[in-house]
Amino acid sequence: MHLQAKRLLKLTLSPVLLLLGLLSTGAWAEEAQRWQVNMAPGVTEVGAQIYDLHMTVFWICVAIGVVVFGVMFYSVFTHRKSLGVKPADFHESTTVEIAWTIVPFIILIVMAFPATRTLLEIYDFEDTELDILVTGYQWKWKYEYIDENGENISFFSNLRTAKSEIYNEDNKGEYYLLDVDEPVVIPVNTKVRFLVTANDVIHAWWVPALAVKKDAIPGFINEAWTKALKTGVYRGQCAELCGRDHGYMPVVVNVVEQEEYDAWLAGKKAQAAEIKALMDKQFTLDEQMAAGKPIYDQYCAACHGLNGEGGVGSAIAGSPVATGTVAGHLDIGVNGVPGTAMQAFGAQLNDVDMAAVITYQRNAFGNNMGDTVQPIDVYNFKQGQ
Amino acid sequence: MGAHGPAKGLMRWVTTTNHKDIGTMYLWFSFAMFILGGAFAMIIRAELFQPGLQIVEPEFFNQMTTMHGLVMVFGAIMPSFVGLANWMIPMMIGAPDMALPRMNNLSFWILPPTFALLASTLFMEGGAPNFGWTFYAPLSTTYAPDTVTFFIFGVHLMGASSIMGSINIIATVVNMRAPGMTYMKMPMFVWTWLITAFLLVAVMPVLAGAVTMMLMDVHFGTSFFSAAGGGDPVLFQHIFWFFGHPEVYIIILPAFGVVSQIIPTFSRKPLFGYDSMVYATASIAFLSFIVWAHHMYTVGMPIAGELFFMYATMLIAVPTGVKVFNWITTMWKGAMTFETPMLFCIGFVFLFTVGGFTGVMLSLAPADFQYHDSYFVVAHFHYVMVAGAVFSMSAAVYYWLPKWCGKMYDETMGKAHFWISFIGFNLTFFPQHFLGLAGMPRRIPDYALQFTDFNTMSSIGAFIYGASQILFLFNVIRTIVAGKPTSEEKTWDGAEGLEWTVPTPAPYHTFTTPPDVK
Ligand code: HEC
Ligand SMILES: [Cu+2]
Ligand SMILES: [Cu+2]
Repeated sequence: MHLQAKRLLKLTLSPVLLLLGLLSTGAWAEEAQRWQVNMAPGVTEVGAQIYDLHMTVFWICVAIGVVVFGVMFYSVFTHRKSLGVKPADFHESTTVEIAWTIVPFIILIVMAFPATRTLLEIYDFEDTELDILVTGYQWKWKYEYIDENGENISFFSNLRTAKSEIYNEDNKGEYYLLDVDEPVVIPVNTKVRFLVTANDVIHAWWVPALAVKKDAIPGFINEAWTKALKTGVYRGQCAELCGRDHGYMPVVVNVVEQEEYDAWLAGKKAQAAEIKALMDKQFTLDEQMAAGKPIYDQYCAACHGLNGEGGVGSAIAGSPVATGTVAGHLDIGVNGVPGTAMQAFGAQLNDVDMAAVITYQRNAFGNNMGDTVQPIDVYNFKQGQ
Repeated sequence: MGAHGPAKGLMRWVTTTNHKDIGTMYLWFSFAMFILGGAFAMIIRAELFQPGLQIVEPEFFNQMTTMHGLVMVFGAIMPSFVGLANWMIPMMIGAPDMALPRMNNLSFWILPPTFALLASTLFMEGGAPNFGWTFYAPLSTTYAPDTVTFFIFGVHLMGASSIMGSINIIATVVNMRAPGMTYMKMPMFVWTWLITAFLLVAVMPVLAGAVTMMLMDVHFGTSFFSAAGGGDPVLFQHIFWFFGHPEVYIIILPAFGVVSQIIPTFSRKPLFGYDSMVYATASIAFLSFIVWAHHMYTVGMPIAGELFFMYATMLIAVPTGVKVFNWITTMWKGAMTFETPMLFCIGFVFLFTVGGFTGVMLSLAPADFQYHDSYFVVAHFHYVMVAGAVFSMSAAVYYWLPKWCGKMYDETMGKAHFWISFIGFNLTFFPQHFLGLAGMPRRIPDYALQFTDFNTMSSIGAFIYGASQILFLFNVIRTIVAGKPTSEEKTWDGAEGLEWTVPTPAPYHTFTTPPDVK
């Protein structure tokens, strides 16, 4: 072999070897790692199949690449004018042309088999044991557990990373941008079906370790399923551009043992029942003020200020809305102001909390309206619109 | 030149119907857009240098990704190849000019105001379009900033310009070939452009239809893309990608043509498998119409649809492979030299093939459930768009610049441009494969901490790649102003074709009497 050809061989092989080294550094954890260079099989059967498919095709491509680039670089290093080579004159060969049409075609057929098999598996929705309705909102996810008896429970899952971390004022936590206030919980070894839709624009629900990615499309319901074989916390993100905070709507799935799941679900149901019981209750102004303050501080103060002085949102102290009719105030609380940062809280806060926070806004910060909004008022308002 | 020379002053450029003038304007315009789109990319990469928000807010970041895509695809790459077609097609087929010279003038002069309009939306209330260059509804309709109307108008104008440009190319190639220049004797660049022009005429109206439906949804209360009114957001994606997939071949086919011209020259050997190259190009063009939904594997298509689009997409690898094999076999047993255009072509074959490999991986629907909308896709299409289209365009400029202006560029600087681009490009985009496979979604202004290292690497690569383009600009300007004059008809000893039979620099009018082609 030419000296140059040898040098070339080394040159082309070294990145390949490097890659091999990186690829073979042991099994992947389910969580994305620093310096991770490859897909992880995740914790599902389908994920493992996808991973195998990915690796098969990867190695086929590497093999083709070694041959094709090998020939090319061999030629580049040996068939040079500077080495005194005289150019050959051939420019056609039907046999060769036919060969390199057919061989790739056969390779593609070889790839098509496992791909088809895996795809059929992904589309097999038989025997799902649990249905969860996933709804994308700008910019959070809502999960609703479908119950045979109609006792659905639902909640929103918001990004938990603090603004101060995003704006580099505080140190970034371990799960920076991948943490939520309330994860979706599913039992291990259970075939869970996700019914995926959206409320506003298109989002996509993606958890790499569960091998699920499905577009959430307003007005349509898509299906996807997973069966996690290992407990743990699995994180993902919205994958479809959905506006300003597309980068800030993570997905966190908590896969737990069946018993733990049952206990969690029972707790959720009890919570829901409690709220239901409170619906008929008549609260005093003092009770509502006390209940409203923490809700205001958590959900509203970021924009309206801790003392109602305003900020991103308008001032609540002396606000014409907060000192106007209850219906007008409820309208903004429930439906938001479209096209502004004031989002609709109607689905996010239950009627009990909504009544409390509206009462609080009407009577705090010097807004002494003296009226008390009851949960049933919120319910009636929602029914009436 | 006397009476047949160009007019003087600014009006020469405004009123010109000369294919060389118009080609020159297209090329400069596209380079200006390349710099503008590149500037947007630099902002994107600067923000992604570190996790957290440092430089821009998410709203502005989305405007940057959108404008980067739009400007690069419609402002830089497409017009650059139209410019090349204008300059070279008449000279390659022995025609005195383009068939429809006045329309040629119009199709160029539509572009500067269009892109000025598009860029001005950055300064309007509500900001520039922020819904991605794929502008999926309803983000681009119900939820769009007001400037979407200007965007729609802009797309209509670009479409009109492209359609006029392609009709002109078709008319020229069909009618104005020199006697004896049969179709199967045409240079590959002419062939690829002829096929590209048909693709353009077929799909630009589809894009126009899509944006018109958007316009109706935004302003006239229709609900084509809104489920609440009986429409369907997925319909938008089908229409968009019916345009969008052929669009990627519109971008890459002329690049194939360029490479097929240059590799034989510097291998001093004729192009291997000319006929099969033509058939491969035609098959790619045909297949490009039946694979669009491979961009939509996750929208919830029925399995039959998934399978059809998967198989059809995989098939494209066959004719594409044929092309790559043909280029390499052209080099085989040649007597190669490695001037800058050849370096860019070898870089093209290598990197485009890498992009082709990831393309095959992406074609597999089940695997795409993991790859889709991740950085893996970003890496893939930059390998085919940048290392494909932009590298071949750089090669073309170095290759024909001496013929255009009668001056020789600086070879050392050209080679430096190649190597810096090559390193910068790979440093930028190779790590993005890793990011995508590890789970980083595209189009996000901020990312989880484990993605930091490769993002930093990618940003450094991007700055290097960006800087190398300044070197390119400098080299071109220096050549025009102070390059070593050359008057050899054949700049490159291995070059074949009619363009190398006219004097250097090419006079204002060439082939006023048709040459004889044997
Ligand atoms: C993300 C920021 C944000 C949050 C959080 C927020 N608001 Fe607002 N809010 C606004 C903005 C902005 C406006 C002004 C809208 C407009 O332009 O009319 C507003 C207006 C209002 C108004 C009308 C005030 C007036 O005088 O016009 C009410 C009432 C209101 N918000 C209630 C709430 C309640 C109750 C909460 C918490 C449950 C809340 N807001 C949380 C941003 C926010
Ligand atoms: Cu999103
Ligand atoms: Cu495509």
